[in-house]
This record gives sequence, C-alpha cells and structure tokens, in this order.
Amino acid sequence: MLGRTANDLYWLSRYIERAENIARLLEVGYRIVLLPREGESFHEEWRSTLESAGCMQGYMQRHGELISQNVIDYMLFDTSNPSSIASCLANARRNGRAQRTALTREMWESLNSAWLEFSAIRPVTVTSNSLPELLDWVRSRSALYRGALLNTILRNDTYYFSQVGTFIERADSTARILDVKYYHLLPSSEMVGSEKDNYQWAALLRSVSAHRSYRWVFKDHYRPLKIADFMILNRQMPRSLRSCYDELTAALRDLAVFYGARHDCQMTAEATRDLLLEADMSNIFQSGLHEFVQDFIGRNNKLGNEISAAYHFSD
Amino acid sequence: MVAAFDEMNGFGGEVRAPYRALAEWLGVQHLDTLRQKSAEAEVLFRRSGITFAVYGAEEAGERLIPFDILPRIISAEEWRRLELGIEQRVRSLNAFLYDIYHRQEILKAGKIPEELITQNSAFLPEMIGVDPPRGVYSHIIGVDLVRTGENDFMVLEDNTRTPSGVSYMLENRETMMHLFPDLFSRNRVRPVENYPDALLKTLESVAPGNLDAEPTIALLTPGVYNSAYFEHSFLADQMGVELVESTDLVVIDGLLRMKTTEGLKRVDVLYRRVDDDFLDPLVFDPTSLLGVPGIFDVYRSGRVTIVNAPGAGIADDKAIYSYIPAIIEFYTGKSPILANVETYNCREPASLKYVLEHLAELVVKEVHGSGGYGMLVGPKSTKDQIEAFRAKLIANPTNYIAQPTLSLSTCPTLADSSVAPRHLDLRPFVLIGDQVRLMPGGLTRVALKKGSLVVNSSQGGGTKDTWVLQE
Repeated sequence: MLGRTANDLYWLSRYIERAENIARLLEVGYRIVLLPREGESFHEEWRSTLESAGCMQGYMQRHGELISQNVIDYMLFDTSNPSSIASCLANARRNGRAQRTALTREMWESLNSAWLEFSAIRPVTVTSNSLPELLDWVRSRSALYRGALLNTILRNDTYYFSQVGTFIERADSTARILDVKYYHLLPSSEMVGSEKDNYQWAALLRSVSAHRSYRWVFKDHYRPLKIADFMILNRQMPRSLRSCYDELTAALRDLAVFYGARHDCQMTAEATRDLLLEADMSNIFQSGLHEFVQDFIGRNNKLGNEISAAYHFSD
Repeated sequence: MVAAFDEMNGFGGEVRAPYRALAEWLGVQHLDTLRQKSAEAEVLFRRSGITFAVYGAEEAGERLIPFDILPRIISAEEWRRLELGIEQRVRSLNAFLYDIYHRQEILKAGKIPEELITQNSAFLPEMIGVDPPRGVYSHIIGVDLVRTGENDFMVLEDNTRTPSGVSYMLENRETMMHLFPDLFSRNRVRPVENYPDALLKTLESVAPGNLDAEPTIALLTPGVYNSAYFEHSFLADQMGVELVESTDLVVIDGLLRMKTTEGLKRVDVLYRRVDDDFLDPLVFDPTSLLGVPGIFDVYRSGRVTIVNAPGAGIADDKAIYSYIPAIIEFYTGKSPILANVETYNCREPASLKYVLEHLAELVVKEVHGSGGYGMLVGPKSTKDQIEAFRAKLIANPTNYIAQPTLSLSTCPTLADSSVAPRHLDLRPFVLIGDQVRLMPGGLTRVALKKGSLVVNSSQGGGTKDTWVLQE
C-alpha cells in the first residue's frame, strides 16, 4: 500500500469519528442550554463544549462572544473551522475520493451521499427544532460508514489503518471531555443528589453515549469516581480510554504481523494500554486527574506521530 | 440532407431485427415510467460518484455525463465484421509505430510525406530505437466509429494515447442491469464486465522480461482534479493495482519505485493516464509537476513498461489519419475492412481550395484538437462563424483537416417530450498485448440536442449502454 494511501485512510477515519463526536457534544450542549437554571449562564456550557472540541480559540477569534446560534453555526457549517461537521465530512470525502480504490463501494457511497446530503442543507433552515434531527443524522451517517467498513472491507492494512485512525481520534475525544467537562463538574460534587448535579453528570455520560450503559454496569447513582472509572478504565465501555487502546493495540499488532515488522508505535501503544490496565482510579485521583489526562493526551499524540513515521505517511 | 439511418428503424419501415424485442417492450412503456427510470439512473450515478470535470467551466467541480436509458444494439453479425476491421486496424497502427521508430520503411517507400512524421510534435525522436515488450506501442486503443447506413460503418478517428470512457461503458451496463433486468432476459446481451480482467492480463503480458516475481502494476493519474479521475480510480480498483500520483513515484538505482507503507517498491508496468509531455520533466516538459524525473531512462533501458508507450500519439494524429488506409495496406498487404471518412488535408493546395469553396458543407477540425473544441460544423454555423473560421484556415492551413458532414445514424433516445431519434457514434475499446482483446460493445455517445452532430460530453453529449447480441 502507498504511504499516501495509509495516511488518507487514517485521516478519513479520524474525520468521520470526529464528526460523530462533535455531533454528540453539540447535542449535549444544546440540551443543557435548554434547561432552566439559576445563576450561571449557558455561556459556561458552550465554553466547555468548544474547549472539549478544541475549537475555543478559533471560535473566539471569529465571533468573540458566546451566542448559541453562532456556536452551532461555527461547529456545524463553518468551513474555516477544521473540526466543524462540514469540514469533517468534506475532508473525509476528499480523502475517500483520493483513495477510492482502497474503499469498498458501500463505504464510498455512504461517504459520498453523506457529503452530498449535508452540502444540500442551507444553514438558515436549521432551527432549534430541526437541530436534534440533524445531529442524529450526522451520527447515523457516521455509523453507516463504520458499518460499511466493518462489514465489507478486507482484513488487511486498509482495515488496520482505518481502525487506528478511529480509535486514536476517539481516545483523544474522550480524554478531552474528561479534562474539560468532568473537571468542570468536580467542585460541585459534594452536592451529590441535587437535581441539577445529576442532570449534569447524565449529560456528561451522554456526550460519550454512556448514560444508560452506566446504569447497566454499576446499578448505582451517578458517582464522580465511578463515572471517571467508566470513562477511563472500563473495558466494557466502547468509548473508554481502555477500550480505545484495546482496539489500537490489536490493530497495530495485526499491522506488525501483516508487514512482518514491529516499530516504536507498537511498543508505545502497548505501554499505554498496560498503564490503563494496571491503573487504579483512587490512585489517579490522588496524584491528579488533570495530570493523568494531560499525560494521556500527550502519549496519544506521540503514538499518532510514530505511526505516521513508521508507515511512511508522508515521505 | 437525406434523413439519417436510424439504428432501430433503418431508413423507415420495419423495425430492424436486433431491435425487435426492445421495440416491443418500448411500445408498452409509459413516458412517465421511462422518465422515472431515468431519474433513478441519475441517482445511481451520482451516488457512485461517476463525475467528470469540464475544462474551462466556471461552475465545473463535478458533473455527471447524462445517461440515456434506451440502449444501442448491435447484432452478432454486425459485430463480427467490426471485430475483424478493428483488429486489422490496431495491428496495423502498432506495426506503423514500430516502423517509424525503427527503419521507417513506410517513409522510404514514399507512402507518407516524411515531414508529416518528422516535423510532427506527436513524433518523439527520443523513442527511436526503443524496443517495447512484444513490439506493442499502443496497448489500449479507442476506435471512434460512425455509421451512415445498414452496412456503412466508418472510422472517424483513432485514440492511441490515453483513450478514456471505458468506465462509463462498465457503469452504464451495471446501471441498466439494475434498472431493467427484464430487458436483459428478453435480449441475449454479451457481457462486458470482464474488461478490467482483460486489461490486467494485457498489462501483465507486456511486463519487462526477466522478472523474478509477478509484475507489479500501477496506474498513474494526474490526480483528483483531472477530468477522468473517476475512471482512473475505478480501473485501478477493479484491477486491484495501486493508483499512484507522480509524487508517489521515484527513480532510484535505475528502477521505478513507489513509496509504500513498507518503504520503496519496484513498479514494472505503469499504465499512465498522463500525457507524454508530462511524463518526465528531464526529457519532456521541464515544468511538469505531474511527471517522474528519470522515468524515461528506466523505460529506455527496458526496466519498466509504460502503457501506452510515449510517442504512440503519432498514430492518431489527425494529419496522419487520411493515410491510415495506406498504412493498413502497407503492413498487411490487404485492403482495409473498415473505411475511413473522406478527408481533405488542408496542407495540400488542391484540398485547401476545395475546402474553402465548400466550408458551409464541411466539418473542419484542428489537427491537434480533441474533445470537439476548435472545430467548425459548416451546416450548423452562421455566416459570420464561417467567415471567422475561413480567416483562421487561410492563416494556417496545415493546422486543419476537413471532412464531409456525415449524416450520423440516430437511435431512439428519451428526449424532453417524447422518445425521439438522436445522432450517435461508438467507441469500442481494444487491448493489445500477448493477443488482441476486444470488448463486445463500447461507449455509445449520443448528441442529446435535437439535430446536433456533436457527441462530446464537453459539448452536451450523453452516453448509452451498448449491447452486442449473442448469435
């Protein structure tokens, strides 16, 4: 496979995953903004949404003020924002088109029709009523693409690079949500049981699609420690850091077998996975959650760079 | 002008045999149903991303070539004759290429004016003495045919460089089988779907000798912004070979290599879809960003096969076209099975005089033009257009050839208000390697505007599925 192809497949998966994560974040942000609340304004919610998505700086430069309509427009349609859903879908499709030969027909068609349908939407027609529907649509298109990938692609390097892209992006996203949203909620955690609090914790879990699965796993109320455990160390939760690294190490191991050679990236991924495997939530809290998550984000980025170097993404 | 020959109804009267089943079916279809099927076809094409870019069009981006749902049908007997004629022609074209890049017997015999070759920009002196595997220069040829009567098929032009359109032939068939399975059960249509397989076999058969392993094949595209990018990726995908851009290739230690996830890997056969000029900036256009520096040296030393060979374009040059019958006779000793269209080379004074006197009746083309650009269709032009063209022609006569305005055959086509006859041509695709492989069918291009004779997709033309019937 060409190095350029591997690079495009990796980023194609990242963009699709990012579109889905952004849609989820917006959905949660929007629900919270709709809530009646005392004191603190909805600004905080949009701030944490934008920060989780890594878009705060870009947004402030463009709009300067937190206004719901602007946030939604910036995150959905603004092509000057590289993480907007419009940009993600366009970039995913551009990469897919450049690597049309690596994709199956089902994958390409799901990508192409998602882009065509999204391009046909006129931003002014998106009202508060139609927003949830649109965000649902984004998630369903991402799921359709992933489904087409899982169901139709050969289990070779095409598949492995796609998997790697998906789970590096997902790990990054979950880590950022933890770092921003979770952190933001912690100080008020003594007020456990207050209605608002519960609602906020539910919203946090919702942003990683885990508000119901939490109950199934823990059969308990929302508790900060358990929520963090669920998002970081739980191997059942498909968006936890641990799950992402289970998938990443598997895909990288398969790549090493496929090519008959191991590189630094395999070792780095395994080391991070071992860390998640052996870690204990109370220890993490003692030595600082923020530091832990920051360290994780750094490791995850390093892994991305090592993969790019090992497989000649851009020689 | 006499009414055109219609593929379904001949010159009027009874429905021609190959069209009987279709005519019967068409007789009971509602126009609305046909329109709905047509809309469905468009959705299918758009979803699969079969688009092309139009050069010079502002809104360009990606557009669909219109597809007409009514097929063009060729009987087994008609096809047999076309097959013989095409094979004879493509073998002769390759013999001609070998000759002019070696001993130039045909020039010595005085069959073609020497300066037409030596002073032609499509002739590459760098190719003299190069021996491509199996002596094949043009491995993939599209032969453009027109029809004016029951037995009158003529070759309008040959495409010996990088002919395109074969992906439409394949996708048109896929779409038709999806939309009209019942029509295929009423007609025994020969399949075309093994084209990618035949192409792969052809490419493998011309790999350099003495390889240790199976040849590695790659398809070189100028990139996503090229008008035929869809086709490039489609073919690479169907063959299971890498689709490379020039930045993916590099010449190291006298071999062509591509940059893979496992490092550099040798390429043995390069099916290139970039023009000669852009192939190697060290030898041809030094400003080219599309090429691979040094590739021509690797080619000349026989360590990579370039398909089609550089310099193959001299065989489809419009100035050479009128000599093709002589070329066929020179190399085969037989007369051509498929006729040429009568052609006036404006470089010859007598021809120029005739052309200037009959501009309103003729089609005048630029020798190096393609895609329907820069041509005059006399009967469809205004006086002013004709006079403007006359001035260009007088200023530079060697740049033009002229042909009579042919009454191209028509075929029933779904038009705005009804099913109506529209003019068309046919481009069969033929592969030349260890053997000659011809797909039964090809790309039928149809002029969608009433009365129009220009079938090019860049000028409002569409395509049809082309059926060759089983015996």
